[in-house]
Amino acid sequence: MEKSKGYKIFTLFNTLLMLFVAAVCLYPFYYIIVASVSDPSTLMRHRSWLVWPVGEPTLDGYRMVLNNRRVFSGFANTFRILGLGLLFNITLTALGGYVLSLNNLLLRKPLTLIVIFTMYFSGGLIPSYLNIRDLGLMNSLWALILPGAVSTSNLIIMRSAFMAVPESLTDAAKIDGAGHFQVLFRILLPLVKATMAVMVLYYGVGHWNSWFSASIYLRDNTKYPLQLVLRNILLRSQQQDMLSDVPMAQTPQAMLLIKYSLIVVSSVPVICIYPFLQRFFQKGIMIGAVKG
Amino acid sequence: MKKGPFLPKLKKDLRRNRGAYLMFLPVLVYYLIFCYKPMYGVIIAFKNFVPTKGILASPWAANHGLVHFISFFKSVYFGRLIRNTLVISITSLFVTFPLPIVFALLLNEVRSRHFKGVVQTCSYLPHFISTVVVCSMVTLFVNEKGFITHLLVQLGIAEEGFSLLTNKDFFVPIYVLSGLWQTLGWSAIIYVAALSGVDQELYDAARIDGANRLQQTIHVTIPAIMMTIIMMFILRLGSVMSVGSEKILLLYNEAIYETADVISTYVFRKGLVDSSWSYSAAIGLFNSTINLILVVSANRISRKLAGMSLW
Repeated sequence: MEKSKGYKIFTLFNTLLMLFVAAVCLYPFYYIIVASVSDPSTLMRHRSWLVWPVGEPTLDGYRMVLNNRRVFSGFANTFRILGLGLLFNITLTALGGYVLSLNNLLLRKPLTLIVIFTMYFSGGLIPSYLNIRDLGLMNSLWALILPGAVSTSNLIIMRSAFMAVPESLTDAAKIDGAGHFQVLFRILLPLVKATMAVMVLYYGVGHWNSWFSASIYLRDNTKYPLQLVLRNILLRSQQQDMLSDVPMAQTPQAMLLIKYSLIVVSSVPVICIYPFLQRFFQKGIMIGAVKG
Repeated sequence: MKKGPFLPKLKKDLRRNRGAYLMFLPVLVYYLIFCYKPMYGVIIAFKNFVPTKGILASPWAANHGLVHFISFFKSVYFGRLIRNTLVISITSLFVTFPLPIVFALLLNEVRSRHFKGVVQTCSYLPHFISTVVVCSMVTLFVNEKGFITHLLVQLGIAEEGFSLLTNKDFFVPIYVLSGLWQTLGWSAIIYVAALSGVDQELYDAARIDGANRLQQTIHVTIPAIMMTIIMMFILRLGSVMSVGSEKILLLYNEAIYETADVISTYVFRKGLVDSSWSYSAAIGLFNSTINLILVVSANRISRKLAGMSLW
């Protein structure tokens, strides 16, 4: 292939630009990590870029974060919500997707309409809030699990995956006398494993990131999920949440250090696993794009 | 399906597919309780809702139940909220829509597969960070001691000693650029995939006709992904009046309500902070009705143009 001078210059600039994009995406994390081990008093006076920890490196921030009861209970509550929530999410989405994929069902059209209409119109924040209150779910973790138990777009993706399975496979099982449950669990689910993985990831990320419902429905801070604990410490600088068993945690210097360390502690699990999850997400985005 | 009276047919179907309907029952119950019951609850927008009386027993609002809508349209907030919602979402659209396409096109020109993979993996990373953490990072970087503030002070854009989040002129740029950082690599995936599907023979043919790289991009690559671009754009237009409240709730403060307050955050404050249930439900209903109209029209257009739609 002939290479013109202009093309060479373009390649050079393009490579530099791509490096710049990668750097902009990574630098904030690098900054946070470096700041989390810096000497807090020096850090308070520092204003510009960080390339290397300033002052005497310290792990005090991590010590204070790991001694913080709220951070611990936050992780525990988030995992509890993830476990229970995913159980409901996956079961209901699989059931709903399966039934709506059956083409010999007389009521398939109206049921599909009932489901899809919710993508276009909702009661909105206030009626939903009052609904949870009337159901007596205030201050309960169920208020974070039940209202989002089914995501309509995920249900539609699931339905498309079931529809893509050749009918001859399920027909054979039905002739052998298999009921709907057996067809779904024995034959279909093993065939749509990849889509199931995408569902687990989509719902899982949703639970992991969620803080708003917790902030309006929960009162006891022992029930707060991790993201709400993070909101209170990182963005509201709430003292009572920061107070660990370490007395020095009350100075502004310590607060700053706690913030940086907490960001690292709460994001490291995700950053460690995301390169492995990437291909599922890519698949999911393509599934989402061609659905229906 | 055979023609005949509906009811006997339905009875037969319910008997024959009893298992399937039983499986759907929990899903149906979910939709009725958590989606349709709040829709019914929307009627409090036309009432003066008193929590102790419940929805049905609460008295209807004045002016044929429309008093909350009228007082919202007449209030000073109405113009400001509509303006802020549109400014934030349209600015976001014009920044976060084209740049992932440009990024995908440039990434497509990188010859080394390995380097391409590394850049793409780095570009996804911000997408995996939770909203709360992203907003905390933004707050730390743009506060009075943050390095972004320092950078802007040196460039003469910002004043020294103030958090950028207390200046109303900086809110939209902060919101939009942090959004760009979060979504650039992620939104590019769909275009990267579309680009890898372009027939290699088209490039060969263009080269034989004497097209250089730039001409190849303009005449082969861009037309090949044009349909995807148009469809994604129309779908984005459908959500132009719905700015999510979470990121704004995490970033804004009273000093910058003038540019940062949008419909969804106002509904949150009026309803859940001030307990003006009916008034905020009315604003929410107004907003979801507009969104419904926009999304349905966007789908119509997209279906006409591209033969593709959201469902």
